[in-house]
Amino acid sequence: MASTGNMRMLFLLLMSCLIAGPMAGDAEAQIAVKGEIVYTMDGDPIQNGVVLINDGKIERVGSASRVRIPSDYEIYEAKIVTPGLIDARTVVGLAGYYNQQHDQDILETSSAVQPELRAMDAYNAQEFLVDFVKSKGMTTIHTGHGPGAVMSGQTMIVKSTGRTLDEALVDSTTMIAITLGSGVRSNFSSPGTRSKTVAVLRQELIGAMDYAEKRSEGESQSRDLKKEVIADLLDGKVTAMVSANTASDIVTALRIQREFGFPMVLEGAAEAYLVLDEIKASGVPVILHPTMIRPFGEAKNASYETAAKLHEAGIPFSFQSGYESYVPKTRIARYEAAIAAANGLGMEKALFATTLGAAQILGVDGRVGSLERGKDADLVLFDGDPFEYLTNVEVVIIDGSVVYTRE
Amino acid sequence: MKVIFKLMVIMICMAAAVQAQDRPQVFEGAEIIPITGEAISNGVLIVENGLITAVGEAGSVSIPRNADRFDVTGKVIMPGIVDTHSHIGEGDGGDGSASLHPDVRILDTIDPRSSTFRKALSGGITSVNIMPGSGLLMSGQTVYVKPKPADTIEEMLIIVDEETGIYGGLKMANGTNPLRSNGSPGTRAKSAALVRKMYVEAQEYKAKIEEAADDPEKMPARNLQMETLVEVLEGKRIVHNHTHRHDDILTAMRLAEEFGYRMVLQHVSEGWKVADEIAASGFPASIITLDSPGGKLEAINLLNKNGRMLEEAGALFAFHSDDPIVDSRFLLRSAVMAVKEGMSRDMALRALTINGAMMMDIDDRVGSLEAGKDADFVILSGDPFSVYTHVEQTWIEGEKVWDRENPEDRKYATGGYEIFRASANQHVHVEGH
Repeated sequence: MASTGNMRMLFLLLMSCLIAGPMAGDAEAQIAVKGEIVYTMDGDPIQNGVVLINDGKIERVGSASRVRIPSDYEIYEAKIVTPGLIDARTVVGLAGYYNQQHDQDILETSSAVQPELRAMDAYNAQEFLVDFVKSKGMTTIHTGHGPGAVMSGQTMIVKSTGRTLDEALVDSTTMIAITLGSGVRSNFSSPGTRSKTVAVLRQELIGAMDYAEKRSEGESQSRDLKKEVIADLLDGKVTAMVSANTASDIVTALRIQREFGFPMVLEGAAEAYLVLDEIKASGVPVILHPTMIRPFGEAKNASYETAAKLHEAGIPFSFQSGYESYVPKTRIARYEAAIAAANGLGMEKALFATTLGAAQILGVDGRVGSLERGKDADLVLFDGDPFEYLTNVEVVIIDGSVVYTRE
Repeated sequence: MKVIFKLMVIMICMAAAVQAQDRPQVFEGAEIIPITGEAISNGVLIVENGLITAVGEAGSVSIPRNADRFDVTGKVIMPGIVDTHSHIGEGDGGDGSASLHPDVRILDTIDPRSSTFRKALSGGITSVNIMPGSGLLMSGQTVYVKPKPADTIEEMLIIVDEETGIYGGLKMANGTNPLRSNGSPGTRAKSAALVRKMYVEAQEYKAKIEEAADDPEKMPARNLQMETLVEVLEGKRIVHNHTHRHDDILTAMRLAEEFGYRMVLQHVSEGWKVADEIAASGFPASIITLDSPGGKLEAINLLNKNGRMLEEAGALFAFHSDDPIVDSRFLLRSAVMAVKEGMSRDMALRALTINGAMMMDIDDRVGSLEAGKDADFVILSGDPFSVYTHVEQTWIEGEKVWDRENPEDRKYATGGYEIFRASANQHVHVEGH
């Protein structure tokens, strides 16, 4: 509860803002966004809709006939308005576009199990690629350590804006990146097989159980950064993001999840269409590989139609830009969703998966993913269908600030 | 040898003629984009014996009486796409034993049954320049093929020169890719010196042949490397030169001008920095678009506006996939990405078809829909520039070689279980682009 004094301070602050008037790029600006179609993801799309933004948050959403735009609001207009788009798994910010050692911090190869590595300690908020994906409409990104280790480290959620980590940060410790399959043995001499990878993973989980138990009982013990974060996983405070592409690795991931009961998402899942029933029964959501992933290695059986099949099966899923070791150095999750949209999924379902669907999987749907009163004012203004090749992003708004304009 | 080759070519052509439809085929109702003429909103395309015999507005073209008629109302027909730089077919890349291999033929290692050919068809590609990699100064001879179903690579060849049997170009590279860990070449200048030295040798070899004046006694001993480079010096075999940085582009042009060979600049990532010089030189550019910059230091300035700036400068350019860098299924999309950065739609379509054909000396046969040309075309479900448009059918020489409605064909468009075998060779190429 704010004290009376604080309330007065707030009043004076608000007054001074009103006097200063709206300013582009200012979080306190009051903005009205008018769209020929506004996809709120909270009910049907609104024809001739209006979104009012005040103090970084969404103030009101409705049809132009019902929402009056206050005279001091700065007005932006577009053909299509959507919530800010969400990349459910990327490495930008830890991986930079030069692709040289100095800007690649996604995989530490000194040990195959390092869940204590925090994404925020390696995030470059001013990385060119972060700015680049923002210009394509991606406003929230789940970024962090890459695939390729049993536990490569942590991931976090940031907005694709801000000069520093603190300005960008939404959630500091979202998931632990775990990899099953042959991707591990190419980076480490041990584990050297897929089954040893699973054994190492299970041993680490079992090893942290005692730590977690003592912690919950308030027993004093020396801090162990690695066990601490695995205990957080066992306690359900963080989520395991398990990279698994072949059907057998997917089923193995689900087996481990059943054994330990931690919250989990599947990442990659190139052969998910072979084990839809098993995934559905587990309740585990999928962060699907980039639709246009090259059909090599463990992703050789990838299909452009997997997203549509996940949807038909009722499995929650979202799109990602993933990890690229060469060119292009990052993909654009919106472009990956577009190919799925054109291969059986359809435009509106692809849009759901890149907005509210992604926010739900990442656990940030209270803040982002839809245009609803009180949520962060993250919006993208398009001149057409967001997935059509020739559509342009006209304006990107994050937390009520205009952070990109095409002109 | 050449006689045998010619005979082989004639036999192949005869076999193709036998296979081709003996009844005329008429495609009616589609929007036809002939490339070399205005788009026709309600068009008619007539094919006989694998060749186009007429293209025009409905009513303006007489329909042969005994024709097979195809109603393609609402569809879009454009020429088959020409890919000027690809690595489909699972052929071998560069041989690490030396830097210069003009004698090496990728033809000898391509698998005609590779699923990558079906993948290319599903992307609407009907002519393709398959090249060895860019890790060497000269990695070998390229091959121009049509990705049609075949038992042997010979059946797929597009012969450029009936006299010599030449069916491809010569791959060269400069910049950082051909620099070798053993230090030779270790620098750009040494790379250029090694290439120049070899062309000087080839000039001398060519002079000896000319001095011999068909006297077998005076002919120099056969040398496969020199024979290939003589073809290059005579303008019969075109060099495809991988190059990224603007100064490397200028170096490639300097060498080609010194020795007078014909050359296509490949990738040309910083072409936009020297677009006027490229246009003035007359060397064509084969370009790529990518979804984001970065990943390869030397190509960090590869921007999708490259094509638009080459268009503004008046240079001849075409798109390539460099499959697997861009999947063959997305070459059409690559052109749209350039339109997004300001290129005209007409030029983007030309750069997918006739421009590439011109660079490979096959524009008399493919690249546009005109009477007398090979009946290589794609039937699209709609606007070529829309993400929601699919390639519905691909035709080569009057034969339907891919049909999205056929599940056995469709799977190559979508991918899925055990459709593409993972090739270690291709995977390596991703790192050695």
